[in-house]
Formats: sequence, C-alpha cells, structure tokens
Amino acid sequence: MGLTNQSTGIGTLKEMFELDIKSSDGIVLALAGNPNTGKTTIFNSLTGLNQHTGNWPGKTVTNAQGNYSYLNQKYVLVDLPGTYSLLANSVEEQVARDFICFGNPNVTIVVADAICLERNLNLVLQVMEISNNVILCVNLMDEARRKKINIDLEKLSALLGIPVVGTSARSGEGLVELKEIIRKVAYGEINPKPINVKYNKIIEDYIKEMEPTIQENFDDKVKSRWIALHLIDSYHPVSEFHIDNANIQLINNNLLKVKSNILQSKFESEYLSTEKFNDLIVSNIVEHAEYISNQVVSINNKTYNNFDRKIDNILTSKILGIPVMIALLGFIFWLTIEGANYPSKLLSYFFTSLELKLSDILIWIKVPLWLHDMLVLGIFRTLGWVVSVMLPPMAIFFPLFTLLEDLGYLPRIAFNLDYYFKKACAHGKQALTMCMGFGCNAAGVIGCRIIDSPRERLIATITNNFVPCNGRFPTLIALATIFIAGDRENYISIIAALTILFAIITSVFITLIISKLLSVTVLKGLPSSFTLELPPYRKPQIGKIIVHSIFDRSLFVLGRAVSVAAPAGLIIWFLANITIGEISLITYIAQILNPFASLIGLDGYILLSFILGLPANEIVIPILIMSYMSTGSIMELSNLEEMKLLFVENGWTWLTAVCVMIFSLNHWPCGTTLWTIKKETQSWKWTFISFLLPTIVGIILCFIVAQGVPLIMN
Amino acid sequence: MNNNLIPLNQLPTGSSGRVKMLTAKGLIRRRLLDLGLINNTIITSLMRSPSGDPTAYEIRGTVIALRIEEASKILVESI
Repeated sequence: MGLTNQSTGIGTLKEMFELDIKSSDGIVLALAGNPNTGKTTIFNSLTGLNQHTGNWPGKTVTNAQGNYSYLNQKYVLVDLPGTYSLLANSVEEQVARDFICFGNPNVTIVVADAICLERNLNLVLQVMEISNNVILCVNLMDEARRKKINIDLEKLSALLGIPVVGTSARSGEGLVELKEIIRKVAYGEINPKPINVKYNKIIEDYIKEMEPTIQENFDDKVKSRWIALHLIDSYHPVSEFHIDNANIQLINNNLLKVKSNILQSKFESEYLSTEKFNDLIVSNIVEHAEYISNQVVSINNKTYNNFDRKIDNILTSKILGIPVMIALLGFIFWLTIEGANYPSKLLSYFFTSLELKLSDILIWIKVPLWLHDMLVLGIFRTLGWVVSVMLPPMAIFFPLFTLLEDLGYLPRIAFNLDYYFKKACAHGKQALTMCMGFGCNAAGVIGCRIIDSPRERLIATITNNFVPCNGRFPTLIALATIFIAGDRENYISIIAALTILFAIITSVFITLIISKLLSVTVLKGLPSSFTLELPPYRKPQIGKIIVHSIFDRSLFVLGRAVSVAAPAGLIIWFLANITIGEISLITYIAQILNPFASLIGLDGYILLSFILGLPANEIVIPILIMSYMSTGSIMELSNLEEMKLLFVENGWTWLTAVCVMIFSLNHWPCGTTLWTIKKETQSWKWTFISFLLPTIVGIILCFIVAQGVPLIMN
Repeated sequence: MNNNLIPLNQLPTGSSGRVKMLTAKGLIRRRLLDLGLINNTIITSLMRSPSGDPTAYEIRGTVIALRIEEASKILVESI
C-alpha cells in the first residue's frame, strides 16, 4: 500500500527542511540537542520568535528557522529536531544529521541539559565527530543550581576541546555570552579543536586504513574519521542517507565501497560481527561521556530528585494514577466553565452596544439598507458571538493546559495510558499527539511525526480527530451547560464539567478502539519499540505561560475563527435572504437534509451547519444560530439562556443536544486538518479515510442514541 | 550464560541492577545503547504505570519508561 518512509514522513520532513539558506543571508547556525533540553527556549530567546515550548520530549518536530543580529552581523539559526543520538535511524535523527553534515552550518550549537549532562554528552561527542565548529551550551543551569548540581564548565571545555557556555535560557542568563562565543567561532577567532573519542584498537585500526582513501575523495566538509566509522554501519551506511546530496556522492564511489566492504569482512572474520563492532562504537562513546561527566559534575545533594519521585509515585500510582488524571482534567474544565461565565456576559454586552454604534454610523453615512444589514446583522453579529462565547473559555483553558505541559505532566499521562495504547497496537507516543489534538487537531497531526514507525504514525494521524480540539470545546461547553446541566442552579458548572469530562473519556476510548480496528485490518502490525523519557518536573513560568497561551494560542485560534466566521456569516446571510418560491434557500437545503438528519437525532439545519462548518469547527454553532433565525440574522442573542430558548423553539430536546455533542466529537476533520493530513501522508487515500472514519462513527453513534434512547425511555 | 542474570522487567521496583547483556537486535538494540545501557551500567527500577506496564527506570540520571517487550531484552545482574 505504499506505506514507505518516503510516503509517510521522511519525505515531508525533508521537504520542510529544504531551507533556502544562502551564504549571503548571514552566518548559518545549527541548533542541536537532546529532546526537552530547552533548545526551543534558546531558539526563541535568540531570535525573538515564539515557537511553542513544553516540558516534554519531542515538542519540536518541525524545523524552525529564525534570524538575529549581533554586532551588525546577521545570523540564521536553524532549530533541529531534538535527538538523543545521530546513530539510530529515526526521522528526526536523519534530518538533524543530514543538516549538520550537509547543510553546511558555519557553527553547530549543541544544547545540553545541565541536570543530566552525561546522557547529553553522548550527542555532543557525536556532533564533534562530524564537525569542528561546535559549541556546547549547557542549559538549565538554574534548575541545576536548585538541585545543587555543580558543573565545572571550564574543565568540561578543556576535556571536550570546544567552547562551553552555561545558560538559563528562560531567564536570559548567559545568552549574551553565547552570542559572543558564536561570533568568535564563526569569525575564526576561536578554533575549537574537538578531542576525539578514543575507540577500541580494532576500530582505530579500521579508521586508520580507511581514512586516506576517504581524504582523497572528499573535501574536508565532513571529517573523514566520521565517514570511515559510519561506512561500516549496518543500519544506515552513510552512502544511503544522503543519496540525494549532490556535494558528496558516496554511493557512486565504488572504490570506497569496495574498500570498506573488504575491510568490513576482514574485521568480521578476524575479530567480531558488525553488530558487535557497532556496539563497541556506541559503548566507547557512552564510556567517554561517563568519564567526562564524572570529571566535571559534582552532586552535593544526592537526593535531588527524591521530590520528583514522590510526586511521580502519586501521579502514576496503581490506585491514584488514573483517577488523579481524570480529576485534574475535570477540575480544569470546571474552572474554565465557571470562570468564563462572567467575562462572556461582559463581552457580549460590549459587542451589543458596539453594534448599535456601528449601525448608527452606517445609517449616518447613508449606506444602502441591504449593505447595512449584511455588514451589521450578517458579519458583525456573528463575529461578536464568536468572540464573546469563545475567547473567555480559551483564555482560561489554554493557560491551565499549558501549565500542565510546562510542569512536565503530559509524559506522565502517556506513561499512564501507554498500556492501553499498546493493547490497541498503537504507539505509546500517540497519547502525546492526542494531547496536542486537544489544542488543535492539525497541530496534533503534525505532532505525529514524533512516531517513527510509519504504520503507527498513520494510526495516530487518522485517529487524532477523535479528540475534540478547542474549536469544538465551546460547542461542547455551551450545550453541556444549557441542556445537560439545565436548571440545576447551583451545580451547573459541575454537571457541565462532568459531561465534558465524560465526552473526553469517551473520545479517548473511541480513539483506542479505532486504533485497534485499524491495526487488525488495513494497518496490520505489532506495536514497535518505544522509549519515553519522563523529564524532571520544572518550575513553571506562570507569567510567560499566561502571555504565551493567551497571545499565541487563544488569539490565534480566535483569529482563525473570526476570519472564517466572517465570510461564513456573509454566505449564511445570502442563503437566508435568497428565496426559492416561498422559502429561503437555507430552509430549502435544510429540508432536503432533514430526513437523514432526523434519523441520527439532528435536524436539517444542524447537519447543514456541520457541513458549512467544514472550514473551521468553531463556526458550527454560530452558523446554526444564524440559520434558525429565518429572518436572516442573530437576534438579541446575548447569553446562553436565550440560545437555549431559540434551540427549544426549533424542537431541541436534551437528546438533540446529546446527538449534536456526539456528532461534534465524531465527524469529519476541519478543512485545515484534512489539508495537513494530506500534506503529512502524501496520500489522498489516507486523507479520505481520515475523513470517512470519524464520520461513519458519528453517524452510527448518533443513530444508536437517537433511536435507542426513546425505545428505552418508553 | 550466567544464571544470576534476570530480564530487567523482573527486577523488583525500588531495586537496582547492573546491565550485563542486551538480547535485542537492530534498531531497538541501538536505541537502548544510545540511552547509555552499555555493559555494567547501573539501572534502577522506579515505578510501574497503573496497569503494570510500562515501567520507569532510572538510567544515568534520566527517567526512561520501557515497555515489557524492551525491558525483557535487557539482562541485568541484581545488586
């Protein structure tokens, strides 16, 4: 079925990574590092860009590029995906390795986590084998100090032979020094002389025999020692992984291939198998990292992570782990619903008064009545509704969710849920991409790149839409509040929160069931191996979280909603005002849809709203409201109570609300998500399946509920 | 083969072991080595997830969760 790396991921990543960097653009810097070391924070601080950060490995899956100027010189900074190593063969590692090798960066900066320097040195040593111009940036120095971990940076620099800078990117500490060192290395004022890992004699002998041939054939862009080492690698000969690269065409170099093959068989027969040879290479690097780490790191407080362990023992415990997780999520929903009430009313009041003023002005400048109606009643009212209903919950929900992310809770969720994902033959990291889906399904789909296995990546991609994105949360919240919680005065927020919690848990279940279904049918296979890092908990930066989640996320989503809602408002206005015979066009279409819609507990207008809402889920309810107002626009709809009245007038019962919620959770992905799926999978087939699957699930579930509940009730 | 060796997943939580052998092949083997699981590395079993699998281990100052499939391919000597 064409399920190759090329079609499902690497191709896309490579495409993303064809950075058009010309030397005239400035000095090119590559930013490498283990996942979750604050690499993105460094990138943001240097470039002033706002890449989203979070305390969990694999956050940066796309490669960002940014610029900064220092002493009148322009620098182009490329943020590579986080990797533990350059030796294994995941998509991220290939991309990072290829860029360091063949992207010709002037300087490569490796960001390391001060708290687990030893593990990070593994990558540092590997990068040093490829290139000379390497700078080590030991980040999170503040966290290290808090945990009483001392690092002798000078000694580290001496042992590695490259410049070392200590930073705490979140507070800006050390960044100026970093820029200065980068400048010096880029201008050749400092010439790093990386000290090589001393390998076992067998390996050193091999390198010695290979090096001259390599040097004859290549320029010195990539070190011959490194090429020699990896020619023998059984998993990914160097010749394979840059087959497209025009600069160095190892694959065409038969001389080299032959020589390496001869040597390889010689070593295999005389000493050891290729596998052992490779083990030796990695072991030597790890041992060297351990040796350096022992020389420079001193831990004054051996129990520094006891506190983390205590928290973990609660958050992942057999009895409390999952209940705490559910309770936490429920609490966030409750806080969102309870807290959004008042600001929502305030905003709606504000927009109503603004609308009157706008109307006055338009009448005063004598615009035609139809234009006035279209602008004020068609566009402005929809906008006002979208903003006042959506902004407050988002402004509360996003910072809270980001807080969990920043603390490092998401990997624990993945840890707690992994067993179930394994049962579904899916990848453990799918829990992480699912969490990203809560923010935005399109982002969740892109996030699926953290999954190496193409099969499991496709499963995660196709099922991502089963968790509600924030475009659907407002719909769920509004319906849960007015129909499910209804008149139970004092408990409205609690009941609404519980309803949404139930919806979320259901959506996770559906995700698992569908994943399993895919695994035993079209995407057969066993779960692949995976390792998940549980990073130390970090002190969240509350101020930054609030600013970033409100400005970057809430306003982004809102902007999208508004930009889609405005033209949609216009279309609805037209549909409602163009008449065929006696009835408006919108009623005409709704009547066509009605027989089918009724079967699944909806009505023609609702189904039409979902169809028209394809560009963005945010606008389904606004469209529905506009459609119901057969006069062509939202009346004085300033709060949820009136929305309920309107819906009830149109024949809604609580059962209708339940069906709408189910359908909202399970229907086709929005246009952006579909487009992203197409881009990621490079396949219309999988895009179509991603469209069809949730739609079928939604129709079946709605049918069962709509037809089954009345039977039981009677 | 040494009889004192047990697969890592059988190491009781809270106790430590010394890595003696990897039976994994190919990419998984490489991944495990990359995590620093070379000969004689000390590994501590920290906690199991609510369903008993995966288990979190401390490896060279980092906490890594491994599924039973991977952990069973790491043979350790209990210490």
